[in-house]
Amino acid sequence: MSASIIIFYLIAAMILIGGLLAVTATRIFRSAVYLLFSLLGTAGLYFFLDYEFIAAVQIIVYVGGIVVLIIFSIFLTQGSGTSLKQPKFLRMALAAIAATAGCALSVSFINNHSFSGANDKPALSPSVGEIGAQLLSTSQHGYILPFEVVSMLLLAAMIGCIVIAIKDKEPAANGNQN
Amino acid sequence: MSQIGLPHILFLSCALFFIGVYGFLTRRNMITMLMALELILNSVNINFIAFNKFLFADKMDGLFFTIFIITIAAAEAAVAIAIIINLYRNSHSLDVDDADTMKF
Repeated sequence: MSASIIIFYLIAAMILIGGLLAVTATRIFRSAVYLLFSLLGTAGLYFFLDYEFIAAVQIIVYVGGIVVLIIFSIFLTQGSGTSLKQPKFLRMALAAIAATAGCALSVSFINNHSFSGANDKPALSPSVGEIGAQLLSTSQHGYILPFEVVSMLLLAAMIGCIVIAIKDKEPAANGNQN
Repeated sequence: MSQIGLPHILFLSCALFFIGVYGFLTRRNMITMLMALELILNSVNINFIAFNKFLFADKMDGLFFTIFIITIAAAEAAVAIAIIINLYRNSHSLDVDDADTMKF
């Protein structure tokens, strides 16, 4: 039992317990906080696998961006104190059966499959410079086209958010808050 | 990296994926359904990173897929929350069963 195995199981426990509590907690704000722990555990797993850049992006975008956005929307709609309606028992049982069956099927597939890849080549632990160079290169293995497409997508999403969430002009008589 | 291999991480991401599926099927609140969706996307990211690390360690393709998935997940969450807030203004409820205005 070496240290890396213990660390892996700690990270796995953090991810899974956080995720499980996030989908079962009765208060919506606690659910968001448990989701935060699960996402932090995922970032820890990326650190464990020596992908520091992805771990940093995970922390910045998920933990710093998406969870904060979710918490903002909780405060804008329901407030933190409201507890959620418990789902019906039949629905919970059927969903648990479906999830367990799917999980068992996938685990049996993973157990029986022998993974083989180009494992003989020397492993490279990519630096930020290498990632950036390949991300913006126009050669055969470059990712410049998806990079540009995703920038268009982000622009469209930003404009779409503003258009969807903007308030109508009619109730502007009581102050100019928006 | 001593004994932790690809199957360990695949079991982890598989369990996380089906936790997300369970949450997506049981929750009726839109924000919590969005959280379950984020868990599902995270398990996919873990899969990409694990395959890149253990099978194709000389390439960086799984890494780029992860970066793009994170970007698109951020955009998706922003648009979804804008829609949720707009819906809450109209119906004062976040329950998906209450959003039946367009139901025939």
